[in-house]
Amino acid sequence: MEPKRLIIVAVGGQGNLLASHVLGEAALMSGVPVRMSEIHGMAQRGGVVESALVFGDAKSTIISDGEADLFVSFEPCEALRALKKCNANTVAITNTRPLPPFTAFIGRGTYPDLETVTETLKNKTGRLIAFDATALAEEAGNPMCLNMVLLGTLIGTGVLPITADSIREAIRTRTKADFVEMNLAAFEKGFARAA
Amino acid sequence: MHKLLTDKPGESMFLLGNEAIARGAMEAGVAFTSTYPGTPSSELSLNFFQMSRESDLYFEYSTNEKVSLEVAAAAANSGVRSMCMMKHVGLNVAADVLMTLAYVGVTGGLVILTADDPFMFSSQNEQDNRYYAKFGGLPMMEPSSVEEAKEMVKDAFELSEKLKRPVLFRTTTRINHSTSVVTLGELPARKTKGDFIKDPMRCVTVPAVSRGLHVKLLADLKKAQEMAEASPWNFVEGKGSLGIIANGVSYTYAADAVKDLGASERIKILRMGFANPMPVAMIKDFLKGCEKVLVIEEGEPFMEEAVKAFAQEEGLTLPIAGKDEKLFSRLFEFDPAMVRKNIASFFDIALDAPAPVNAQGVPDLPIRPPTLCAGCSHRSVFYAAKKACEGMDVVFPSDIGCYTLGFLPPLGMGDFVVCMGASSGTACGFSTVTDKKVVAFVGDSTFFHSGLSGLINGVFNNHNYTLVILDNRTTAMTGHQPNPGVDMTELAMENYNTVDIEAIVKAIGVKHVSTIRAFNVKKAIETIQEAVAFEGISVIIVKEKCALYAKNLKQLKGKPFQVNPDKCKNHMECINALGCPAFYVKDGKPGIHAHVCVGCALCAQACPENAIVPARSL
Repeated sequence: MEPKRLIIVAVGGQGNLLASHVLGEAALMSGVPVRMSEIHGMAQRGGVVESALVFGDAKSTIISDGEADLFVSFEPCEALRALKKCNANTVAITNTRPLPPFTAFIGRGTYPDLETVTETLKNKTGRLIAFDATALAEEAGNPMCLNMVLLGTLIGTGVLPITADSIREAIRTRTKADFVEMNLAAFEKGFARAA
Repeated sequence: MHKLLTDKPGESMFLLGNEAIARGAMEAGVAFTSTYPGTPSSELSLNFFQMSRESDLYFEYSTNEKVSLEVAAAAANSGVRSMCMMKHVGLNVAADVLMTLAYVGVTGGLVILTADDPFMFSSQNEQDNRYYAKFGGLPMMEPSSVEEAKEMVKDAFELSEKLKRPVLFRTTTRINHSTSVVTLGELPARKTKGDFIKDPMRCVTVPAVSRGLHVKLLADLKKAQEMAEASPWNFVEGKGSLGIIANGVSYTYAADAVKDLGASERIKILRMGFANPMPVAMIKDFLKGCEKVLVIEEGEPFMEEAVKAFAQEEGLTLPIAGKDEKLFSRLFEFDPAMVRKNIASFFDIALDAPAPVNAQGVPDLPIRPPTLCAGCSHRSVFYAAKKACEGMDVVFPSDIGCYTLGFLPPLGMGDFVVCMGASSGTACGFSTVTDKKVVAFVGDSTFFHSGLSGLINGVFNNHNYTLVILDNRTTAMTGHQPNPGVDMTELAMENYNTVDIEAIVKAIGVKHVSTIRAFNVKKAIETIQEAVAFEGISVIIVKEKCALYAKNLKQLKGKPFQVNPDKCKNHMECINALGCPAFYVKDGKPGIHAHVCVGCALCAQACPENAIVPARSL
């Protein structure tokens, strides 16, 4: 299969790595070749956490600038920071709920306004889906379900050859038992948002 | 049951590189494992640690890499299959053992894993540890992928036992921290006990013995080279008169690039997996079939220089390139597009790649550096040290751990960081040649690792500085591994002892020793001031559990605080002096995210208006 390349960016603690693992497990169940790389270490120290997933016939596990077919950001300002991973055809998904870094509070840099973020993303990528995914996670019962909301939207775009059912199965088997129902609800909300 | 103990040969699992390597070692029947934790190798030892609690595998967190390798060297010299793992700079610490253990050899398989970190995602340098193999005369293997790493580590044990030498297994971050689908193999029974057969003419390295051992090592390297010539880990793929020689992850980028460029009929690739000693005959044969060769390797020109020398020996004049201003850099890590571009330009092949979006119109963004956690005890100590030293000209040597992050604004604590344990040693030099006060910081695990010897040096040579030991009761940065100061009963683990830092410090002969908690700021300031005023070596031990570790142990009892808007007069001390991630500013006013705050009360003590109070009291 022709490789499909996905970049996921988030702030440490937002659950990016769990979402990536659920996606990887679903690919394994679906028989889709998958490789992933992630930058660990600072995940619990509030830095940026990036995962790269390459589906299909490729040996590389990382994704160069301009080579993401799919791009998901858990935080609007981080979407702009990682924008160089995209090209003019990339399908981009971003949460619009800001999580400003403390540097913005102590006068070291200014947090961009949301309209600039979404306009820039829209103009420079092939398709943009931008919405307050944290609000949907809260509706599902916990803001920590943000990762499952965005996973739903990602699968909803239909770009990846991975079915919603295989993701549901991976959520059931790979996420904590107490969170499964909430995670599934969050996934459905995100999935519906892609339409 | 631990997932890596799953006894279902043939089953597929989605595994992290470090998990795959741990599984491969288990499939090789490894029985004895030791480490000092260091990213990117940390999850490998974590998996061994976890599996050792459910099986007869032995695992230990040793005090440092040198000790760790000594422990493993003895096990392997008693005929037990052993593995010792560390990050690349850890091998510097273990180098003293390594270089002579190469002479002595082993009787049971010993695999030493070095996890290199090109681009320095979580390291202080990006040294290329392939040179240790050459330096020490050790066989070395290098995988290109997660699934290959699992298989190759098994072969590394076989190789070690055939040659009776330790084998270096070299990975990079993108192997350790990539995840792929791996097929499980058989799990054999382990041989956990061995016997040490006395053999002083091999094992006691006095000069007369070592002279003979070096002769034998060189002879064994010849044997190893013959094995490398026949090794399936060194292979040629594709065909054509254009050649690529690549190792590690660079091979995967090169293989994808050749395919993307439609050049499989024109370019062949020699992949090096059994990487030291090099398969000289195989490389020479490869060169003879090429018009032009590109060597693709992250880091130093380790292969390139050797390949050029081999060409010279054969009188071959074909162009061989690699590190070059127009091609590959010795800096940082490679990526697929960069490798593809350089292959295309070197071999003059048309390139059609998607253009990254241009950055025009993208506003400047506030940086998001990693930061000390909400409720981190280090923040409180750094704040107190800053207050205590206000108006004084003080040098603050620091060390390796979460607290290294204290050098960032707004705390700005940390002036000199080079390697593990260096705070207490560099403090000696700073205090001698400058007339400044010196306050050094070291963590508990780093103190045990190598900070202790610097402190002893300070006492013996009568230096003048204050060492603040940030004892957060765990090895936090790498993921909360135990260290000799940790109370293992809290982890429900028996048969360990706890080493008391205060008792050690007093026993060394430090005359001014104080032990405090982190979050009483007034007391901390006074204690630091007294210690700094003392002439000679003074030590402050700040005993306060890492907030994340306490949370994992379900010991975090604090309740969130909030800002009382009626009392807040916008001094912004909480924002500007602390840099705590629980804070936000909305409409020019500070506020606290209740779900992030753990109630350490540092901000409440920093606020000049006493406007920060427990959330439920409003």
